[in-house]
Amino acid sequence: MLSRTADHLYWMARYTERAENLARMMDVNYRMSLLRQDEEGVRQRWSTMLTIVGQYDSYAAARGAVSQSAAIEWIAWSRDNPGSIHECLRRARENAHAVRGTLTTETWETLNATWLEVQRFGPTHRPDQDLSSFFEWVKFRSHLARGVIQGTMLRNEALKFTWLGTYLERADNTARILDAKFEPMGSAATDWDAAGDYYEWSALLRSVSAFQIYRRVYSDRITPRRVAELLILRDAMPRSLLRCLTQVRDTLEVVANEQSGETERRAGEIHASLLYGRIDDVLEVGIHAWLLQFLDRIADLGQRIAQDFLVPATTH
Amino acid sequence: MTARVFNEMHADDAGVRSHYLPYARWLESTSAARIAEKRTEADALFHRAGITFAVAGAEGGTERLIPFDIVPRIIPVDEWAMLQRGLRQRVSALNAFIHDVYHGQDILRAGKIPADQVFCNGQYRPEMQGVDVPMDVYAHIAGIDLVRAGAGEYYVLEDNLRVPSGVSYMLENRKAMMRLFPELFARYPVAPVEHYPDLLLETLRSVAPAGVRDPTVVLLTAGAYNSAYFEHAFLAQQMGIELVEGQDLYVEDESIYMRTTQGPSRVDVIYRRIDDDFLDPLAFRPDSLLGVPGLLAAARAGRVAIANAVGTGVADDKSTYPYVPDMIRFYLGEEPILSNVPTWILRRPEDCAYVLAHLDELVVKEVHGAGGYGMLIGPRASREEIEQFRARIVADPSRYIAQPTLALSACPTFVESGLAPRHIDLRPFVLSGRDIVMVPGGLTRVALREGSLVVNSSQGGGTKDTWVLER
Repeated sequence: MLSRTADHLYWMARYTERAENLARMMDVNYRMSLLRQDEEGVRQRWSTMLTIVGQYDSYAAARGAVSQSAAIEWIAWSRDNPGSIHECLRRARENAHAVRGTLTTETWETLNATWLEVQRFGPTHRPDQDLSSFFEWVKFRSHLARGVIQGTMLRNEALKFTWLGTYLERADNTARILDAKFEPMGSAATDWDAAGDYYEWSALLRSVSAFQIYRRVYSDRITPRRVAELLILRDAMPRSLLRCLTQVRDTLEVVANEQSGETERRAGEIHASLLYGRIDDVLEVGIHAWLLQFLDRIADLGQRIAQDFLVPATTH
Repeated sequence: MTARVFNEMHADDAGVRSHYLPYARWLESTSAARIAEKRTEADALFHRAGITFAVAGAEGGTERLIPFDIVPRIIPVDEWAMLQRGLRQRVSALNAFIHDVYHGQDILRAGKIPADQVFCNGQYRPEMQGVDVPMDVYAHIAGIDLVRAGAGEYYVLEDNLRVPSGVSYMLENRKAMMRLFPELFARYPVAPVEHYPDLLLETLRSVAPAGVRDPTVVLLTAGAYNSAYFEHAFLAQQMGIELVEGQDLYVEDESIYMRTTQGPSRVDVIYRRIDDDFLDPLAFRPDSLLGVPGLLAAARAGRVAIANAVGTGVADDKSTYPYVPDMIRFYLGEEPILSNVPTWILRRPEDCAYVLAHLDELVVKEVHGAGGYGMLIGPRASREEIEQFRARIVADPSRYIAQPTLALSACPTFVESGLAPRHIDLRPFVLSGRDIVMVPGGLTRVALREGSLVVNSSQGGGTKDTWVLER
């Protein structure tokens, strides 16, 4: 297929997934703020989120001091923030628009309708009780997009590049969600097996739809070690890093071309380190440091995929 | 020509025309509330599907819906049979003319058309002189604009032979109508048009360079911000071919390749939807970023077929239009089945004098204008507008032609005040490859403003579904 088409599909999927994960992260923060009225704590939480999604500096420059309402406006609706949910949905739709002929009608209409509808929400329309329903809506639209893609698109390269975008983005986002929680905990002195604050940990699990899965897998109280293990190393957990990398590696194997050997090797290497890794080793390195390194490797993989498939520098 | 307007649905004396009777009965038995509901539903349908056009000049690609009217334009079977014969005849003559221009130029030597008319035309491409194209076909896709005047007689208003658009609306309008009003299709034997993309693909494959067994066809677009992008994407999808931009293609050894995730892939036929000027920066406008450097050379070498061929514009210019009936007589030895609108050619001094004396009665058009821009509608223009236009004509008469103001036929249309007659035209799409084929129908455009004769979507025109009856 055309490299440019693959590029648009890949970014369509990445922006859709990114919007979903932003909504997931915000939903947790917002729910926790309803639970805990401590103002400084709430502010801290939003500062952390802005940092974790790489928007702290742009936020500070545009909006100044962090407050819950301004942070929500910035991450959810701001047109000035290229990383906002609003802008992600716009870009997802623009990428889809550029290749609408490659998509099934249903897929295009789903992304187009999402974009048309998101404009219903916005800074002028956000009574507090609507926030959770907005986050729910974003998640729902993302589920719908994936379902329509899964249910209607031809099993060909177009679908492969769409999934490649989805899983690479999800790997990145899950790592960031984890880091948001583990980074403030520091490393050495922590008791990884102590039952932490139940609400904090269950909120984290819920943000990646893993609360019930945790219960089913461990049938036990929630501990930081198990949360890390579940979201990093469990292949059966759909949003875990291992699951994402399994998908990325398998997809790269199918779309491989003459110059993509090294990219495949690197994806395989990350995958193997997750498949055969142990959570104790991760905790020993320090989970924050480990996650940062993981994010770098994912970024590197993204660049290599772009160079090998999406915008080939040379053609012959 | 009289100022009487031919109404498609209502005859002056005899009430509703027979082919509109079942529709009129249905309309009568349907409540206003249900009609209103259906009109809202139609809007939602088109909006969700993103069936839009980008407004030229609007920054960032503002997308707008083309208003869709739910009252169909119905054409009886015998009328269509006549139109089809006339269209086939006209398009064969036009293709023969273009071939002649770029080869022996018999028609110029026979004195039927002044030679400078051809060679001084900005659309004449000397690069194509002596170049053979597959099947000798140049205008593979032709959109012929037809109108009906006072007594219901058809005229050809314009031949669009470069990159005619609108066929996607023809198809989407039908889809919408079948979804909104299935009961009407039970009452009418409406000839299907849905196979257009099939015919188009077959036509494009039939003009592949000789020796290519399973040709790869692509559609070349200017990109997502082009006004007709929806149509480009739609057609590529319907035909199952790649929608490419200039940057996706490159030339090596006079062959065309596209850049794919699996490396270079050979291209044999390009259905281009960008103008000649932007097609190849090495041959035409050097600042064009839309085209493919070396494309023309590849076409000249016969390694790739371009549809429509480079240089077809020489035949669809408004200054060439008056000569089409002569082309039909010259190449086919037949009398034209479809009439031209009588046209004054302002490069002729006697025509020019007449037109200048009758500006308030005539429509004056710029020969290179398109989309309803650059024209004067005498009876509707103010004194001041007429004087301004007069100065432009006097400065360069050869840039203009003039025609009588046609009373375009009208069809009942839903407007704010209810059902009212609005002027319409018809653009059937004629495909030429190994054979000349067309689907029964075309795009009916409607001027939504009361009394307006301008049907172009860029100027507030809407569209209707066109029903050619099978019996």
